[in-house]
Amino acid sequence: MELSQAFRDGELVQRVVKEIRRIVTRDWVIMEICGGQTHAILHSGLDQLLPPQIELVHGPGCPVCVTSLELIDKALAIAARPDVIFCSFGDMLRVPGSNQDLFSIKAAGGQVRVVYSPLDAVKIAQQNPDKQVVFFAIGFETTAPANAASILQAKAMGLKNFSLLVSHVCVPPAMHAILGAPNNRVQGFLAAGHVCAVMGYWEYPPIAEKYRVPIVVTGFEPLDLAQGILMTIRQLEAGTHSVENAYQRIVSKEGNQAAQAILRRVFKPVDRNWRGVGTIPLSGWGLQPEFAEFDAENRFDVGHIQTHESPLCIAGEILRGLKKPIDCPAFATLCTPAKPLGAPMVSSEGACSAYFRYHRTQETT
Amino acid sequence: MTDSTIPSFEGATCPVPMRHDDQIVIGHGSGGRMTQDLIARVFSPAFMNPILAQSNDFASFELPPNAMLNGRLAFSTDSHIVSPLFFAGGDIGRLAVCGTVNDVSMSGAVPLYLTAGFIIEEGLPIQTLERVAASMQAAAQEAGVKIVAGDTKVVERGKADGLFINTAGVGWIPPHIHIGGALACPGDAVLISGTIGDHGIAVLSARGDLGFDAAVTSDVAPLNSLISNLLEAAPGVHVLRDPTRGGLATTLNEIAHQSGVCIEIYEEKIPIHAPVQAACEMIGFDPLYVANEGKVIVILPSDQVDAALKIMHNSPHGAEAAVIGVVKPAPSGRVLMKTSIGGTRVLDVLAGEMLPRIC
Repeated sequence: MELSQAFRDGELVQRVVKEIRRIVTRDWVIMEICGGQTHAILHSGLDQLLPPQIELVHGPGCPVCVTSLELIDKALAIAARPDVIFCSFGDMLRVPGSNQDLFSIKAAGGQVRVVYSPLDAVKIAQQNPDKQVVFFAIGFETTAPANAASILQAKAMGLKNFSLLVSHVCVPPAMHAILGAPNNRVQGFLAAGHVCAVMGYWEYPPIAEKYRVPIVVTGFEPLDLAQGILMTIRQLEAGTHSVENAYQRIVSKEGNQAAQAILRRVFKPVDRNWRGVGTIPLSGWGLQPEFAEFDAENRFDVGHIQTHESPLCIAGEILRGLKKPIDCPAFATLCTPAKPLGAPMVSSEGACSAYFRYHRTQETT
Repeated sequence: MTDSTIPSFEGATCPVPMRHDDQIVIGHGSGGRMTQDLIARVFSPAFMNPILAQSNDFASFELPPNAMLNGRLAFSTDSHIVSPLFFAGGDIGRLAVCGTVNDVSMSGAVPLYLTAGFIIEEGLPIQTLERVAASMQAAAQEAGVKIVAGDTKVVERGKADGLFINTAGVGWIPPHIHIGGALACPGDAVLISGTIGDHGIAVLSARGDLGFDAAVTSDVAPLNSLISNLLEAAPGVHVLRDPTRGGLATTLNEIAHQSGVCIEIYEEKIPIHAPVQAACEMIGFDPLYVANEGKVIVILPSDQVDAALKIMHNSPHGAEAAVIGVVKPAPSGRVLMKTSIGGTRVLDVLAGEMLPRIC
């Protein structure tokens, strides 16, 4: 059996689930931070195997979902310019702005390109010296180092036609915001394994200590997730609140030092507005003054954007773990992946999209 | 007027028009001599048969003797656009022939004749067109069908992506065959003729979109011979459908909806080649939604499963055929998947274009 297959082995997962059932004595609320984990849980059906005492709530770890409407509208305004080639990861093309999305900009003649890496966008800038090439730099600590590298590369090449529209966000400030809220329900965290692969988990002990919550670094396969949940429940039942690592094959405490160094070189912590959540202090990365010339917000006049959010969308409450997608009156009726009202219905990592795709069995069976 | 006033044209001639032997130019779509030359050079040698040789604006032919007496005709059309034109395991020509042969075959018909319409972008190397035509003829021979009529149009540079091909096909459905998407019954078994996702990933890889080379070959193939053998061995087949665009998940949803049944499939039974699975995981695609061009979903009474599998396993295009699910009465119109760890989830249709994810 291949290694990746072993982490999807039904029998092994069942064994861990059995142990979770054996030790759980009361109700617990656990949040998985990362949208990738939300999808993996619903994709594998792991949530249905867990005992009823365990409630999983879905965190704000979907970069597409938390990118502010204002920034998306700025992206649309920039992408519509005839002198611009606008490059983005595929997920962002369908995210609704106030009035339209990048797909409609593309259909109307805007040059919108899907790239798999910001370095591809640098290449496009090099090949199209008469165009301004803008890359939509969204994502958590996972995507930020490669985006930082693209800036260093563009600078080294002396490119004057490359810039980033930066919307980077960081996990630990969001955890503070969730745990510090008066209506917080979260009692334990599954920390996002891939963010920790970059950042390590040295940032988490103060959070675990301050809010007295166990935090378990967790991977993305069904067995990883079951193991992360088991370790969290063990701590909750024992009344402890330490940081543990259930993803040791990928994550070290220190993380990827080279990636962290490049991040700090290019970016600095800034306040960031999270869609549906609001502004969280020092929760994002912005470009260091040394690289201000690569900031698309400086290069294009997009300061006057007025946003309009659908009043029906409860994305904010969903992203903070207060409500589930099925609690939303618009879910699967007015809001569907084909016609999303809010970002969580769009992204492959969004909680609403995950519920729509995998979780509509109850209403009919 | 004296002779001296008449200018002498002796020695002066119009410049000889440039010959366009190596690439398509607008004139090749004029309908005049250049079009005739192109047909004579590229299409006639590749496709020649007595019906095409009639050189009319139409093809006139007789149906096979048994088809003249009874049964029905199946008629289908499909337009093919693919970039790049050539990829591992196939090309647009093979795709254009197999696509229509398979669509006709999904009715249980014996495909007989195809037409081919070419929309060519100015500047396409004629050698490319020759390669495509040769590939179409090879696929047509493999399927036992004839290309009996065709059309060529040329559009300006930038108005088409090299080459688009439309094919239409006609076939004969024997009288005892009743197959359709609305005929799946509770209790039926759901089979797939082999691994899924190969075509879509092969094309993405050829396009350079993966950022790495996937060792994946397109499955594009004519399925009519597999299907005629299958229908002989398992005459009770209720549904045949090829999961092309939208992949297995989308096609199963169409059937569940048309038949008013629930289709339940088992994750661990679905055959997927490891490189396809790996490529999908790297870019965030779900192989259940990736296109196939040489696979068929077969839905039939459970007592005919063994006979069907035996026949499919003996076919070059069905060696990895497997039972992947069952048809249930409810919830109607839904496709459910039993996951490998024992959960259940909905398999929905794709909302739009599948988008590579961020991280």
